[in-house]
Amino acid sequence: MSTDMSPNSKPTSLALDRSDERVSHADGIGGTIRAFISRVRSGDLGMLPVAIGLIVISTVFSILNPIFLAPNNLVNLLFDCATVGIISLGIVCVLILGEIDLSVGSMSGLASAIIGVLWVNFGISLPLAIGAALVTGAAVGALYAMLYNRLGMPSFVATLAGLLALLGMQLYILGPTGSINLPYASPLVRFGQILVMPDWLSYLLALVPGAVLIAAGLVIRKRRQAVNLSSQPLSSLVVKAAVLTLVLEAAVYYLNMGRGVPWMFGLFVALVVILNYALTKTQWGRSMFAVGGNREAARRSGINVRRIYMSAFMLCSTLAALGGTLSAARLASSSQQAGTGDVNLNAIAAAVIGGTSLFGGRGSAYSALLGIIVIQAISNGLTLLNLSSSLRYMITGAVLAIAVIVDSLARRSRVSHGRA
Amino acid sequence: MISQGARPGLLRPGVTHVERRAPVMQRNVIGLPPKGTTILKLSNVSKNFGAVSALSDIELEVKAGEVVALVGDNGAGKSTLIKVLAGVHRPSSGRIEFCGQEVSLDSPSRALELGIATVFQDLALCENLDVVANLFLGHEISPWNLDEVAMEVRAWTLLRELAARIPSVREPIASLSGGQRQTVAIARSLLLDPKIIMLDEPTAALGVAQTAEVLNLIERVRERGLGVIIISHNMEDVRAVADRIVVLRLGKNNGVFSPDASSHELVAAITGATENAVSRRIGRKSGEQAATGGSHA
Repeated sequence: MSTDMSPNSKPTSLALDRSDERVSHADGIGGTIRAFISRVRSGDLGMLPVAIGLIVISTVFSILNPIFLAPNNLVNLLFDCATVGIISLGIVCVLILGEIDLSVGSMSGLASAIIGVLWVNFGISLPLAIGAALVTGAAVGALYAMLYNRLGMPSFVATLAGLLALLGMQLYILGPTGSINLPYASPLVRFGQILVMPDWLSYLLALVPGAVLIAAGLVIRKRRQAVNLSSQPLSSLVVKAAVLTLVLEAAVYYLNMGRGVPWMFGLFVALVVILNYALTKTQWGRSMFAVGGNREAARRSGINVRRIYMSAFMLCSTLAALGGTLSAARLASSSQQAGTGDVNLNAIAAAVIGGTSLFGGRGSAYSALLGIIVIQAISNGLTLLNLSSSLRYMITGAVLAIAVIVDSLARRSRVSHGRA
Repeated sequence: MISQGARPGLLRPGVTHVERRAPVMQRNVIGLPPKGTTILKLSNVSKNFGAVSALSDIELEVKAGEVVALVGDNGAGKSTLIKVLAGVHRPSSGRIEFCGQEVSLDSPSRALELGIATVFQDLALCENLDVVANLFLGHEISPWNLDEVAMEVRAWTLLRELAARIPSVREPIASLSGGQRQTVAIARSLLLDPKIIMLDEPTAALGVAQTAEVLNLIERVRERGLGVIIISHNMEDVRAVADRIVVLRLGKNNGVFSPDASSHELVAAITGATENAVSRRIGRKSGEQAATGGSHA
């Protein structure tokens, strides 16, 4: 055991984490690009499938129907993204644990039915009705977690049973009429159909991510340098922030040529950012990934595994209820059809396409955002082509299958490259 | 005698103040009991899995600054005993005293809180997380806004103290070799300043040099005044570091030996008979040698 390795006794110019010559480190912009290529080769695909998917989709659909890329169609697309996207955000949480919730569609339908019945039929105030829908969601999630924790019921089966039970409950409380129209002038429906951000605000908000990236990057850089750790080169930080800001500002400019950026999409993005912070920067998030990666190891490190399952299932069902509320607002009705059909699978497919693994332990909140844009783009494009729902279902099914195949292959490659 | 007030770091006083800065270290500043006092005492501990009694009426005592080796054949109950002490399994009956007080170790977090750290045979690491995340799992610095910088510095300091050759603490555990994973697991057990540390087959996956490092490490931990329980099948390693050797056989105590007990005695206690496979083999070999020696003469 050599004694000359102490960072205190022998201050070297070498950073603390760069003293092992066996590890190659990416420096500068060229290095960053090379590191990215080698990551992709080893199966760590990141955002690549989404980027490729979006390019293919927009090329194909804009050739078939030029309206696809029109600003107002994209604004519509974002309105649609927000509802299922929020449901997908909850799916990300359970997928990270290696579990699944198949009942999110029914949960969203039940939530929309609760809003319709309580608010329109019983005249209860809107916030209370939304609150009741969200609490129901949380309770259903807690029930799933209890079935899993106490009775060892696989989440796959518990939520499959929930899918039917919740759908039944939705039909029951809607009663024989089957459909309740929500008032068009109400703030909820306006939020779901009309309200967009003022232009100046959307441009301002598009600056925020880049600014935060630079500010946080500089703070971390300073702290890492202070303790003799290697830090991200300033150039790559600035380039990243600049590219991000340019892309966002261009997107906002394009959308503002149409109606503008929907507030509902803003809410969705805000939720994504909050969940991303929770997953990457808090002990809860770390525990989520640990439980998803190796449940027994997490338990032995003193993590309360049951509480983690409880939090994830409750969050998932609550977000599904919120998504259901917003889709009721989007359609201005609570109907028997709400939450049925492809809502479930779209939500799950979005999370997987965005890069959250079905096998647990890997994922990010942004996968819901990126994945749902891909899914809704396909669905929107097919609608523009006036294709029947039979074809739409088949195509969406094929996309989901491809996403899962990519996930499996990438996982196999990661295992053989030692990246888990 | 090492002063208990300013407990030195594992290796060099130079690095101690870096460790002390980390908030996670302040959770256990009460200090260790003086050497020679009993930290852990088990009386009549039994554990049944259905009809099988994995442990019956186990007695075990571990003092501060003492290395106790737990040896026994496969299925003797060593790993079960470790898991009972780590809070993974609850004992069916019996009494566990920790620092003179009766405790119930009903969860792994309870055992960690008391200061019982464990390095499991399967290491219990999360392969999808990086080294830093694994070291601090469940005990992250500032839970609401993870302090990655402080954790990374602490990880590097700790790994250097153990002379660990980990290429990067930001690589997932999946990319590390068996020996490197072992080191990470041991480093993790020391992170929380335990009073007693249990190692289940710590050298089984290690090369010659790394085994020596782990044995050195165990001795340093003992010098600091921690109690150490080590499970090993390797009698050489056991005798090199242990102060006492406790033999388990079929879930029961089968004698306590000093490290200078003969290998014959130990094997007899482990297998439960003076006449056993090992002694028969030795007898046969020496018989053969005598026979071949005779014919050449």
